[in-house]
Amino acid sequence: MSETNGTPLISIRNVSKFFGEFQALKNVSLDIGAGERTVICGPSGSGKSTLIRCINRLEKHEKGQIIVDGVTLSDAPETLEKIRSSVGMVFQQFNLFPHLSVLDNLTLGPRRVYGLSVKDANARAMKYLERVRIPDQAHKFPRHLSGGQQQRVAIARSLCMEPRILLFDEPTSALDPEMISEVLDVMTELAVSGMTMIVVTHEMGFARRVADRMVFMDQGEIVETAPPEAFFTAPESRRCKEFLNQILNH
Amino acid sequence: MRHATLKKLLVCAPLALLLTGCSANWGWYVVDPSTPSGLSNLKFMASGAYNTILMSLTAILISVVVGLMVALPGLSERRALKSFNRVYVEIVRSVPILVLILWVYYGLPTLSGITLNVFWAGVLALALSDSAFQAEIFRAGIQSIGKGQYEAAQSISLSYRDTMRYVILPQAIRRILPALGNQLVYMLKMSSLVSVIGMQELTRKANELVVTEYRPLEIYTILVLEYLVLILLVSSGVRWLERKMQASEN
Repeated sequence: MSETNGTPLISIRNVSKFFGEFQALKNVSLDIGAGERTVICGPSGSGKSTLIRCINRLEKHEKGQIIVDGVTLSDAPETLEKIRSSVGMVFQQFNLFPHLSVLDNLTLGPRRVYGLSVKDANARAMKYLERVRIPDQAHKFPRHLSGGQQQRVAIARSLCMEPRILLFDEPTSALDPEMISEVLDVMTELAVSGMTMIVVTHEMGFARRVADRMVFMDQGEIVETAPPEAFFTAPESRRCKEFLNQILNH
Repeated sequence: MRHATLKKLLVCAPLALLLTGCSANWGWYVVDPSTPSGLSNLKFMASGAYNTILMSLTAILISVVVGLMVALPGLSERRALKSFNRVYVEIVRSVPILVLILWVYYGLPTLSGITLNVFWAGVLALALSDSAFQAEIFRAGIQSIGKGQYEAAQSISLSYRDTMRYVILPQAIRRILPALGNQLVYMLKMSSLVSVIGMQELTRKANELVVTEYRPLEIYTILVLEYLVLILLVSSGVRWLERKMQASEN
């Protein structure tokens, strides 16, 4: 929707990616504007995780071009530094640093990458811990928190780098059902605050509420792109219809 | 049935040894602390402890640093770095420590013009030999840390150095601490070999005393006890460190 105003924040052009013989992404193109909330869905193995992992270069694409915030992704170390500080990522398995307290998990990046003092980094960390509503857990270690709390810490850790874009790779898939909503609530608030977000998820209620645009992927291709209303009520492709049937009617 | 016999044998053999010790075969007077000569002999033997400890600690410090520096290229994706690691480990690991000590002390001066004193020749040989094992221990420890930790570190833009220093190594070292303790014990024992080039450590002192007192049985028994005490101290020190590191996470 908002990709029309000026140059897109993320521009993916004809990107292909192989794992050995297997082609995970087939000539994928997608533009994402600043402030836009995109939800990517599709069956497992469809390449959705691979696509967002290419955006912060946890995976290297072989063909095509990805431009993030004006920087064309390549192997050059400077470009990597630039895009990684403007793109945050939240993982399915949280990936918190288990040997560090919650506070240290959050301040490590700001201190080492931005050179913030301990005091400033702590203040920033507390600000974002309040935003994800767990300031009282600051001095605990990750393994003493519930899954939902750990994922909120992970979101706060990304926010501490003050990124322009946040990528979510199935952020609620590893959570017990009763903890999913606390994470989705935090994500909804982020969306409302204007953060550019790309979310890979099967939480269709969340997608409907929050997304500006739905992207459906299957077998390494973007099959369909549509605003949520159109996407859920009148999907065009057969594959998309089948997928929605499976995921909504169970 | 068979088990019981084995147990009996294990208990009886040392007892029989001790009993015969009461007969004329033993001459504990050489190390009897209640006599002036016995006491001075004991002091003479114990005076080697300082060098044994100093040599082992210096060598283990060097070998840990060298081991880490050899381990890191082994984890690289570049073939040249990887083969440097393999070649170093395979060659150094295959040289017997005693041979290495002799080579460094007698051979190296001819080759390089650098003459090392007995202490540094011993430390260098011990450290070099141990570094190959340390490299393998570190490699295993670092490899045991999941991919998610690297990805999380990358996603907050940490450099390779910072990722290793603040995320990977603190976790890896916790896991390899028992193995590092093992190496320290091994080092204390192997340092006895440096006696052959004249290092005044525990074993050398015992050897010298045997030459003047002609009481190898008693003197070497004391030597065994000296190493036993030293190593029990080290083991309990390592256990304490393990407990402390675990406690710091709570």
